[in-house]
Amino acid sequence: MDLGRLLEKLVNRGRLLAMIMLVLLAVLVLIDIVVPPAYVRFPWDGIGGFPAVYGFVSCLAFIAVAKGLGKLFVYQPEDYYEARDPNADADRNGHD
Amino acid sequence: MIEFIHPSLALFAGALLLPLLRGQLQKIALVGIPLLGLALIALLQPGQHGQFEFMGMNLVLGRVDALSMVFAWVFGIILVIAAIYALHVRDWIQHSAALGYAGSALGAVLAGDLLTLYVFWELMVITSVWLIWRNDSGVSFRAGMRYLIIHAIGGVLLLAGVVIYYQTTGSLAFDAIEVGGAAFWFILLAFMINAAVPPLHAWLADAYPEATITGAIFLSALTTKTAVYTLMRGYPGTELLMWMGAIMTLYGVIYAVLANDIRRILAYHIISQVGYMVCAVGMGTVMAMNGAASHAFTHILYKALLFMGAGAVIYMTGKSRLTDLGGLYRHMPWTFLFFMVGAVSIAGFPLFSGFVSKTMITEAAAMDYRSIIFLMLLMAPAGTFLSIGLKLAWFTFLDRDSGLRPKEAPANMLLAMGLAAFLCFAIGVYPQPLYALMPNPVDYNAYNIGLILKELQLLLFTGLAFFLALKFVRGKNVMALDVDWLYRGGGKWLVVALRNSITAVNRQTRVHVNAALGRYGRSVDRRHGRDGKLARSWPTGSMAMWTAILLASLLVFGIRN
Repeated sequence: MDLGRLLEKLVNRGRLLAMIMLVLLAVLVLIDIVVPPAYVRFPWDGIGGFPAVYGFVSCLAFIAVAKGLGKLFVYQPEDYYEARDPNADADRNGHD
Repeated sequence: MIEFIHPSLALFAGALLLPLLRGQLQKIALVGIPLLGLALIALLQPGQHGQFEFMGMNLVLGRVDALSMVFAWVFGIILVIAAIYALHVRDWIQHSAALGYAGSALGAVLAGDLLTLYVFWELMVITSVWLIWRNDSGVSFRAGMRYLIIHAIGGVLLLAGVVIYYQTTGSLAFDAIEVGGAAFWFILLAFMINAAVPPLHAWLADAYPEATITGAIFLSALTTKTAVYTLMRGYPGTELLMWMGAIMTLYGVIYAVLANDIRRILAYHIISQVGYMVCAVGMGTVMAMNGAASHAFTHILYKALLFMGAGAVIYMTGKSRLTDLGGLYRHMPWTFLFFMVGAVSIAGFPLFSGFVSKTMITEAAAMDYRSIIFLMLLMAPAGTFLSIGLKLAWFTFLDRDSGLRPKEAPANMLLAMGLAAFLCFAIGVYPQPLYALMPNPVDYNAYNIGLILKELQLLLFTGLAFFLALKFVRGKNVMALDVDWLYRGGGKWLVVALRNSITAVNRQTRVHVNAALGRYGRSVDRRHGRDGKLARSWPTGSMAMWTAILLASLLVFGIRN
């Protein structure tokens, strides 16, 4: 079996796969609403679909916080340390 | 019959033997020695072995109990897998260093006293740094130097802690360390450096991506997990660790979103995953400790698998940045498949290993009604799946065609990845053997409908959010500053600026002093020099005159008295 070709077929049906996934997402949330929670330990334990919302929001939050940090100060050119290295000349002339 | 053979002994002997062998023989030894090590681990009997007295101190080389065996087992297994993965490498320095490194990590895990632990702790550093240096570039040399310096500081802290501990308690036994006191904090700091707890974590994300392709597998498995073991042994139930661990899980994830280098993304995820274990150690309940140990076990396997997948990509394409990669699945389908097994394992999808260990830790938090910790630990998998299962996998193997046409990875790499992937899956569907290894009896079944539903919703909706935000997640040709800026950037510049100003002051002072000395010299010369007043030769006549004046004055004044 050629795994590469199999994967290629799957990728070419990406739209269909995406549709199936969306249906699956909806079904999961529906099940979560219908099935009573095993425990009620936290206030959110009874809310159907809470993990779905939490996962979705968390993902966006991670991207937003990371990009925000990046824009604010942590993003720098890739040669940041090399370009600003006050010893760089000595290094180039010495070992290396 | 010999009752106890330390498995590290076989590995150290192998490390010394390897350079003497050539060709096929070396390859056989390369896999044979780790297998021998694994066999020796299997033969270990519970108890205290290799005890001896050294300058009045009781040392224990082999403490074999349930906790140390969890780590010994997984170290042994990953050593075999990583050795297969490294079979094609013709560099005995790397191979010997890796064997010595694994032997040291095993030695640290089996050490029953703090002094033995310290010796193996330091050995780990000086063996592992070669796995970074042998990447043979100026960047890896400097990254290795920084790695060495940070761990040297950690080693000194550990030694200081051990000395103080011995002074105050009179014992070197390595068990839970009493809260408070200098020894407690020194040793904790040393362990936290190796566990990469922020803000002491920067060495990891700095050095691991610069290591050799095969060396990164050993690095990802051993150092941080040895630290997790020592934290479990010495600091169970330390509340500080619970909070630090929970912060770690999120910190690593956020920086992984910023990273562009595929191994740097994975390195930040070590920090994130070790965060779970550190947090569990901090909670310290039976369930949490089991969770920490089992998560360390599964983590070593899937993280090594991910590093192997990323390493295969780098080995075959020569590229390591997301912005240079894309569309590789057609050319490296097996690598892609195995990588995805690692990716769903680390994210904690049901049926894969992360699910049966990670949920144990989140459930442990829930059982203690720790709502904030629970929410933090529940949030992290979304980020894990986001940056490994989605971002890394998507922009490396799928997405646009980068034009790269690599061949599939070599057979030995595929075999190693296949073995690791098999274990990730096997533990996921049948975790009982793993649970049987745990330090405490495990009364836990991850496969209940509530947990499965929760994890699936969490992860799949993360996927939905990823595809909606796709254009924001793409890798960028930039780097993200981390706290290593303090010693690579600002701090270094500060030191250099200080050095420069000291040099300048020194030079100025010397100029002034020299000028003053010169002036003094000239004035001396003027008085005492060849033509100076005091060095002039006097004519005889003036001498006779002065003598006459002296005698005359003597005559005048002397007679008067």
